[in-house]
Amino acid sequence: MKWETVIGLEVHTQLATRSKIFSGSSTAFGAAPNTQASAVDIALPGVLPVLNRGAVECAIKFGLAIGATLNRINVFDRKNYFYPDLPKGYQISQLAKPIVEGGALTIVVDGVEKTIHLTRAHMEEDAGKSLHEDFHGMTGIDLNRAGTPLLEIVSEPEMRSSTEAVAYARALHTLVTWIGICDGNMQEGSFRIDANVSVRPVGQAEFGTRREIKNLNSFKFLQQAIDYEVRWQIETLEDGGRIKQATVLFDPDTGETRMMRSKEEAHDYRYFPDPDLLPVKLDEDWIERVRATLPELPAAMQARFQAEYGVSPYDAAVLTGSRALANYFEAVAKACGQGKLAANWVMGELSAALNKAELDITASPVSAAQLGTLIARIQDGTLSGKLAKQVFEGLWEGAGEVDAIIETRGLKQMSDSGELEKIIEEVLAANQKSVEEFRAGKEKAFNALVGQVMKASRGKANPAQVNELLKSKLAG
Amino acid sequence: MSEPSLASLAAQLASKQISSRELARAYLDRIAALNPSINAFITVDPEKTLAEAAAADSLLAAGQAGPLTGVPIAHKDIFCTDGWLTTCGSKMLHNFVAPYDAHLIQRFKAAGMPSLGKTNMDEFAMGSSNETSYFGAVKNPWNTAYVPGGSSGGAAACVAARMAPAATGTDTGGSIRQPAALCGITGLKPTYGLVSRYGMIAFASSLDQAGPMAPSAEDCALLLNVMTGFDPKDSTSLERDKEDYTRDLDKPLTGLRVGLPKEFFAEGLNSEVAMAVETAVTELKKLGATTVEISLSNSQLAIPVYYVLAPAEASSNLSRFDGVRYGYRAPEYSDLNDMYAKTRAQGFGAEVKRRIMIGAYVLSHGYYDAYYLQAQKIRRLIANDFDAAFQACDVILGPTAPGTAFKLGEKSDDPVEMYLNDLYTIPANLAGLPGMSLPCGFDSRGLPIGLQLVGNYFSEAKMLNVAHQYQLATDWHSRQPEGLK
Repeated sequence: MKWETVIGLEVHTQLATRSKIFSGSSTAFGAAPNTQASAVDIALPGVLPVLNRGAVECAIKFGLAIGATLNRINVFDRKNYFYPDLPKGYQISQLAKPIVEGGALTIVVDGVEKTIHLTRAHMEEDAGKSLHEDFHGMTGIDLNRAGTPLLEIVSEPEMRSSTEAVAYARALHTLVTWIGICDGNMQEGSFRIDANVSVRPVGQAEFGTRREIKNLNSFKFLQQAIDYEVRWQIETLEDGGRIKQATVLFDPDTGETRMMRSKEEAHDYRYFPDPDLLPVKLDEDWIERVRATLPELPAAMQARFQAEYGVSPYDAAVLTGSRALANYFEAVAKACGQGKLAANWVMGELSAALNKAELDITASPVSAAQLGTLIARIQDGTLSGKLAKQVFEGLWEGAGEVDAIIETRGLKQMSDSGELEKIIEEVLAANQKSVEEFRAGKEKAFNALVGQVMKASRGKANPAQVNELLKSKLAG
Repeated sequence: MSEPSLASLAAQLASKQISSRELARAYLDRIAALNPSINAFITVDPEKTLAEAAAADSLLAAGQAGPLTGVPIAHKDIFCTDGWLTTCGSKMLHNFVAPYDAHLIQRFKAAGMPSLGKTNMDEFAMGSSNETSYFGAVKNPWNTAYVPGGSSGGAAACVAARMAPAATGTDTGGSIRQPAALCGITGLKPTYGLVSRYGMIAFASSLDQAGPMAPSAEDCALLLNVMTGFDPKDSTSLERDKEDYTRDLDKPLTGLRVGLPKEFFAEGLNSEVAMAVETAVTELKKLGATTVEISLSNSQLAIPVYYVLAPAEASSNLSRFDGVRYGYRAPEYSDLNDMYAKTRAQGFGAEVKRRIMIGAYVLSHGYYDAYYLQAQKIRRLIANDFDAAFQACDVILGPTAPGTAFKLGEKSDDPVEMYLNDLYTIPANLAGLPGMSLPCGFDSRGLPIGLQLVGNYFSEAKMLNVAHQYQLATDWHSRQPEGLK
């Protein structure tokens, strides 16, 4: 039997507000345990939540960025359950009336575009952390994270492979960091993915029974977990078994998913509207003020890069992988006036160097202005591509500005045709065999001669000029 | 302490006839003498009280006194009070010393009013007799075999016994008005949102409202001036201009339209109470008021609606009492769930557990629509009835409770009978309207009878005006229990 995979993702993004969603405590990561937990965060008797408007603005930004409906009146509900890192015994979330409904993201897999629709996105507070390792026979509770604002973003079950799921998760990650509502730091838990996975025979209309893989904190784990889960579900069904609805965890060490709780063990969260908080009203003024703060979005920027700089759709997509990268590229392109060359350098030499050094574009030792100048020197004939790579190395090492490096390292392309002619004559004299072969019709011999000339010029000859002069000499 | 009105105490303080310390000492002495038989206070801390009184004396000496600076007050043990044991009447918080002041406590501190202590109450404000307190029942100062009402029973009893010139209370379904009625004092529940709930331990968030309890309406007006005001820490706090609630006290009642809801004078009302309330109506007519019969037909459903919504909110509000961070934790348990179960089984009393279970039930999957949502719809209808009624009248009048005080233990085995005590007070909570109770007579056993006024939103000044004019013409509010004088 042929099987089809169905995947929907729920992503918890930590919103990049300075203070918590219902208290004034800091949201900074990594502070000593419980130093960022106020009376409200630890749920002392009598305390009350007050909504942080900054968190609402993040949600509005997201809704606008994905073309969703913003519910002009949205409501906070209480999700009731007991756990030591949930101080109130309930989490404030949004169930019936979330702030964002609908919207879509476009992903590209194997060059094919696909639209993934979103169900909803709602605001909620994060829980604290239970620390089981450091205490013998006890559990430590750190409430620094309790009350950190989250936007839970729920997709429709429209992905059909782990590759599509990863592409969607990456596109979402790019978007939330792009519009500045999330720092995107997956190690610190700023972007956590739950994947709902089911399989069904190809052609069947109804979905299979799903299992939810919780708390995946890397794209690699997302892919591995889904791949394992899909294999497991197909094997189970083909062996005559049934899939039972459940929540599972992915173990990166074994590469397997394992059952956390079955549907029967699921909580009854007894949701009801939080009477401590008024419904959130979004007026048009507020929405427009937030809209005005939105940067140009990735999709719009991709289209513009293709039109303005003549880059391919693929390159445009890569260059808008992050807002910082896109801005860097555009600065280079503007500085040198050469969009395609700029794209090649940014995606080629620069990206390779950054990857090797494990650096983000924002930490690049080579500035966009420097790279722009470097490309301009290729364009004006000062540098060959090969020389330019040497100059780039100098820039990377911090050896100074482009022209200074060319000067001090003597990397200027040979522009004096007299000098070049002399070299060519010497090469021809020393390689009579190749000359004869060429004249006998062997094209390869010409390339060998070009190589010899370049070598003799120690790479500084302009290859185009070498071609031209060599041809006229051989013809003469 | 022949004349304990707040205005007269403030005048004596201002003219240096008495110092705040002397006044506080006098009340502390009376508490020491009477509290063992009344049990109105859970915590008394003379050292703290006298230190606050000394600070008030400094303000008075420096000419920086406000209208009530130096006048002491007792606070219901539901308000978090920095450095004070704050128990909410529960074993669950029997050891909880609050590390911060409730907004209301801050306001009284800022007004220079020393705290005389923390008053007893039904556990987590759940009860109408003050018998559910972990710290023992409060006795009615008019007859210590009888309950003082609840949940603000300690507050009502301490004022009635003149152990404090005034007290704070909270009212979720009648918890200020019913004990005020049963103890023969005046108590007012303001419009929902006028007094910040920050630091007031939540029972049912959408209904809870703090208010003043004192001998007279004039006292309540002065206290309301201190208590009300916008608080950015409470999202349901209302942003309004500051009012002076004493401004209309002296207005004549000529032309006042008093609405008498026929449902509040029907079956179930004790005849002595009915007679006293009718006599009060006659008195108001003499003062220039006219009456009109109105109908609050959906108020019949107030008790069932209340006993869905209030427990629903309470079941969630009380989840934080889990033994993890503060308060009571069971001494022995096998694992986390066992710790939760034992802590809550041992830490909460029977009534609290009953309401948590009701609340969890009505919110549970499959029952939410039938109970919670349905109750919310009826709540809206009840509010609509009041809207319609206030087209025809300025203030609604009726009994506060269906009877007078009952004997200790008389109703404690019958929750429904107990719940019916709040029949007339709950509708105002559901609608968010202000309501007050004032003394209007005594039954044949010598127990006080309370009269209830319910006003339109923000009509506290009008209600206080009606009550004050009535109290100028009558002396029920200045009567004191014989045996305690």
